[in-house]
Amino acid sequence: MNKPAQPLAPPPGATETAGFGRGLPPSWPEAEWPALRDGRRVGVSAPHESAHLHVRGQAPYTDDVPELAGTLHAALGLSPLAHGRLLDLDAARLRALPGVVDVLTAADIPGVNDCGPVVRDDPILAEGTLRHVGQPVFLVVATTRELARRAAARAAEVVHAEPLPAVLTARAAHAQGQYVVPSMHLKRESAPGALDAALRAAPHRLRGSLQVGGQEQFYLEGQIAYAMPAENAGMRVLCSTQHPSEMQHAVARALGWMDHQVQVECRRMGGGFGGKESQSGLFACAAAVAANKLGRPVKLRLDRDDDFLVTGRRHGFDFDFDVAFDDAGRILAYDVTLIANAGHSADLSAAVMTRAICHVDNAYWLPEVAIHGHSARTNTQSNTAFRGFGGPQGALVTEFVLDSIARRLGLDALDVRRANFYGVGQRHVTPYGQGVTDNVLHELVEQLAHGSRYAARRAEVAAFNARSPVLKKGLALTPVKFGISFNVPHLNQAGALVHIYTDGSVLVNHGGTEMGQGLNTKVAQVVAHELGLDFAQVRCTAADTHKVANTSATAASTGADLNGMAAQDAARTLRQRLAGLAGERYGCRPEAVRFAHGRVEAGGTVLPFAELVRQAYLARVQLWSDGFYTTPDLHWDAQTLQGHPFYYFAYGAAVSEVVVDTLTGECRVLRADVLHDAGRALNPALDIGQIEGAFIQGMGWLTMEELVWHPQSGLLLTHAPSTYKIPTANDCPPDLRVRLFDNPNAQPTVHRSKAVGEPPLLLPFSVLLAIRDAISAVGEHRVDPPLRASATAEAILDAIEAVRAGVAATEAVASATVAA
Amino acid sequence: MDTQAIRFFHRGAVVQAQDLPITTTVLQWLREQARCTGTKEGCAEGDCGACTVVVAELARGAESAADARAVHVGPLRLRPVNACIRYLPTLHGKALLTVEDLQTMAPEQALHPVQQAMLDCHASQCGFCTPGFVMSLYASYARHHGDGSRPTRQQLAHDLAGNLCRCTGYRPILDAAQRMFELPPARLDPEPIAAALRAIAADTPDPFTHAAPNPAFPDAQGRARIDRFFAPRRLATLAALLAEAPTERPPDEAGAGGARKLTLLAGATDIGLWTNKQFRDVGDLLYVGDVAELTGIAHENGGLRIGAAVPLEDAWAALAQAVPALRDMAQRFAGPPVRHAGTLGGNLANGSPIGDGAPALMALDAALVLQRGSAQRRMPLDAFYLGYMRNALRPGEFLHSIEVPLPHAATRVCAEKHSKRYDSDISALSCGLALRLDGARVGHVRIAFGGMAAVVRRAAHAEAALHGQRWSEAAVRAAMDALADDFQPLSDLRASQDHRLRVARNLLWRFWLENRPEAPLAPAQTRVWAGLQESSRIAESGAP
Repeated sequence: MNKPAQPLAPPPGATETAGFGRGLPPSWPEAEWPALRDGRRVGVSAPHESAHLHVRGQAPYTDDVPELAGTLHAALGLSPLAHGRLLDLDAARLRALPGVVDVLTAADIPGVNDCGPVVRDDPILAEGTLRHVGQPVFLVVATTRELARRAAARAAEVVHAEPLPAVLTARAAHAQGQYVVPSMHLKRESAPGALDAALRAAPHRLRGSLQVGGQEQFYLEGQIAYAMPAENAGMRVLCSTQHPSEMQHAVARALGWMDHQVQVECRRMGGGFGGKESQSGLFACAAAVAANKLGRPVKLRLDRDDDFLVTGRRHGFDFDFDVAFDDAGRILAYDVTLIANAGHSADLSAAVMTRAICHVDNAYWLPEVAIHGHSARTNTQSNTAFRGFGGPQGALVTEFVLDSIARRLGLDALDVRRANFYGVGQRHVTPYGQGVTDNVLHELVEQLAHGSRYAARRAEVAAFNARSPVLKKGLALTPVKFGISFNVPHLNQAGALVHIYTDGSVLVNHGGTEMGQGLNTKVAQVVAHELGLDFAQVRCTAADTHKVANTSATAASTGADLNGMAAQDAARTLRQRLAGLAGERYGCRPEAVRFAHGRVEAGGTVLPFAELVRQAYLARVQLWSDGFYTTPDLHWDAQTLQGHPFYYFAYGAAVSEVVVDTLTGECRVLRADVLHDAGRALNPALDIGQIEGAFIQGMGWLTMEELVWHPQSGLLLTHAPSTYKIPTANDCPPDLRVRLFDNPNAQPTVHRSKAVGEPPLLLPFSVLLAIRDAISAVGEHRVDPPLRASATAEAILDAIEAVRAGVAATEAVASATVAA
Repeated sequence: MDTQAIRFFHRGAVVQAQDLPITTTVLQWLREQARCTGTKEGCAEGDCGACTVVVAELARGAESAADARAVHVGPLRLRPVNACIRYLPTLHGKALLTVEDLQTMAPEQALHPVQQAMLDCHASQCGFCTPGFVMSLYASYARHHGDGSRPTRQQLAHDLAGNLCRCTGYRPILDAAQRMFELPPARLDPEPIAAALRAIAADTPDPFTHAAPNPAFPDAQGRARIDRFFAPRRLATLAALLAEAPTERPPDEAGAGGARKLTLLAGATDIGLWTNKQFRDVGDLLYVGDVAELTGIAHENGGLRIGAAVPLEDAWAALAQAVPALRDMAQRFAGPPVRHAGTLGGNLANGSPIGDGAPALMALDAALVLQRGSAQRRMPLDAFYLGYMRNALRPGEFLHSIEVPLPHAATRVCAEKHSKRYDSDISALSCGLALRLDGARVGHVRIAFGGMAAVVRRAAHAEAALHGQRWSEAAVRAAMDALADDFQPLSDLRASQDHRLRVARNLLWRFWLENRPEAPLAPAQTRVWAGLQESSRIAESGAP
């Protein structure tokens, strides 16, 4: 780490080394100064522990680590067919090309040719069958990356295969009954047959469909693994991954080794978003297999186009719904079918579908409900985790349905939502049987509706639309309730390792990975807080399978919840040991020893932390400790889809205002107000960063980000940022107001904070439904717009045309009636 | 053969590079040779900005019309560009500024104000895009610090249109962009750099010639082929080199042993992808970016003459200043790092059916000056495109300049772009329109579309439906219908055939709504992005 710099303008009480590796930023919120002065190291906006490195370009990512002498470079040769029988590979032709050292195929994998995270159906290199355009078939190893890529690019010339019919859409696969995992059905009725009875007897009934596309993670740093043979049949792999333990296990399996032979390390990722949870495995395995075969270090860094072609992304979903409701818009019965495009293999699709099913309710009580989930097998990339992990897709259909219900009844959509909110102490059991006991929806939404002037702006939007022939505005408020914990209970565990060195400096290692979310910052804050230290005294290290074993993926928003608690556990053990010694030496009870500002106060004596540490070392007190945490109260029955899968819920809501051009379909978000529940925030600035980032990312998914596969060949045409458009600075709403809803977690999480990675991804539903509201204004809200997501300009114009056609049809019927 | 090492200024000294393939990118050199890993590769196609660096060169006297957007530090002119598609030999005689340079500009501080502001505002999360943002912001900082002005938040958002961040949602980055001006200033001392660049220039023959092996193309004995890179500085040198080695290309595989091929290179914003994505063999390279006569903009005969090698940034600034209706297109044509590298001549000569330059310029009756040897000929732009990616250039001929007549004061002009994203997106379709009334009738009309056919071309039927007709809703409706006779567009990843056609129709309709005699609508009533271009630098430079 760089030499700590002098702070420019430290707040009173802050020390000159309070920041991570540098001084406090002068813009540190004044409101937090008293807390800092009191020695609080959580609940304050510490800068990201690597920010000073990021801005200098001195934060090393995997590709930045100096290469060992003799390093070779690899590139993947990809399937040119969506589906086919693999006959032969003309490897000799590739071996003759400049710089090529070796060409590896499935036959070169000494262990198991599989990197599937759950189901063993994910070959590292194709064997027998080609399953999608872009599936890795062979690995070229060459002296330089460019020469490896040049050779690999000849895949279409050297892969001999017989084409087979391909299934390219989820609907088509569903029609053929092709799934990657068994379909799931959840039904909750007040009495047998009550759902069907309610659907038939209800005052209002609505049936329809919805389609939402997938989404590319577009982590700025592409997939990469760098494998280095190590002593005694070992392998060290640097890998950009959210799941080092799984990489370790997958590499060991591929090599036919024991886990202890493989070390996987990740200091930081240039973004992950779920895309490096399971799918970094293929690259780690391929690089390790080549490194082992050749006895040389091998780096495999994907070009962006190949990254798009090889890896999967957020599942696109198709929905069919049938809903019954009363005059107030209250849902009486709801039957919904979810068809996910899983791609060619299972990957994490079963878990994604489970989370989708567990979020169909979003914020609403569903008295009679049936949810059917199908994970369709198609000849496309295998879809995987992406921030929200099915939750956004599951919740979106219900928000869409409520929007339609409101329009059908001529009610304000917010009133319909309120009428359906989970109650407190009643109407509060989710379809999967867990009670919603920490519900803050009502207060949170009231506060947001009031603060954003929802009602007044609704009238202003209507007035604007009445006098605007071309542009139409729309407004929508949508809530979020998001379940926190891995749906699979055993994954909810974490370990940490905290070292105190004899100079009083502290090194923290834990099972989580840093992908930009600030996990290391939060964990370091927790440790600094426990030991009463300034931030600069605590340093985080790379996630490393040789330090903390058997870790879970940094996923499901649980990073800080799990690893923060594990690190706190370790730090508390150390503090207790030190307090015990201090109490003994300075005559007080251990509980009365106080740690703050790098000093320890015991029985009237104040001494530097480092001095107590030195004494402890001489007294042969253990100055390092592990820590461990498991989330309590979780259980889940995957057969019945019933249980208590979530430790608690995180809440939020957003109001978005958009303007739509009815001639071109272009739209712009003018203003967004967000109120989000991060519990008692560990770091308000980082949490707001997560909320805003998720909002813009989700907005991109639902508006401009569109995946297009060639309808015949199955080639993904949107293959890079030239063709796949994520938001830019100009897409950030010019008026963006994000606030935290102060709400200490009802559960005893680390400092009563809440997970914040994924839940805000659902906030921009308000953008999509505001667009729908604007489109609806074209028909004076008499016709329900059939809007698909992504709501590109083309989708918006399609919906506008449908509304106009609907209005014309209504008028034709009306005039025919008059004429009759 | 004479060959010289590539010499440029980097991190305080003149560095030399040789024996690297001439298509080695600046990014490859930085990361693999210089081991400066602060600059990142995100996409290797100039679309994400993670590799943004600043190239400084000695300012040329000819720059004037577009200077409001130029970044000058003393005698240097700075340009943010994408290192991932910039060929290293084009840096000869220039200076390369990267994220590693910034601290040396701020010796009294740990961080440059740009970096400090990013840190203060929590503007990095994963940090991978951050060095690119820092360099784009540094260009903004240098510009405004130089002239004492302060950009608006909107201008800063435009400055960042070529940088993608997937983590933050941009709000904190825009906060940092504003905050950097409030911090104690840091300054680049241009003099040592300028002195070094003058020394290199004095020591460089015309043309600069660099030869290097390319191991991707071995000869029969397995020896790497030697490729040559030429950077002429005078027009006559360029013409002579081209006359010697016509650009007719042998089949791709025939490079070794067969006839040498020579590729004309300008900004490399397209050719860079030919080599690093498609692995095409470009043979020898003839770089036009240093040819003095091709890099100027002149006002002549009531119009603009834009040299073929003028960067898009400067060309569009000049066009938007002369024709304010082009401001929106100027703002949306790629992002700043691509606009600073790519050239208008390259955009037109490349002749992509979806290029955004041609429709607007065709509507303005622009013409091209083509040169072979010392002979020049003039050709209307609307006669230049012969078919998909084919144009009227003859062997040995090159694009010299673009002549853009300024429209009559009464001519209504518009240039439209339709894409999935406002910024830096390839158009699904784009459109240039120019119309002048003769009394109540349409006396002059030009309608040109890109993205609607294999080439950019005029809509003859739609024009005919309007020409000589009373300027009326009925005539516009007839022109809208006639578009179906003009174009049978394709469906692709950007839009379906039907969508293209209906938007094309609606663009004519919007033109009518904004230009009808009775109660015309203002842009704020017809465009969701109205106002953005008004607060851009284009508008600043275009202000009367």
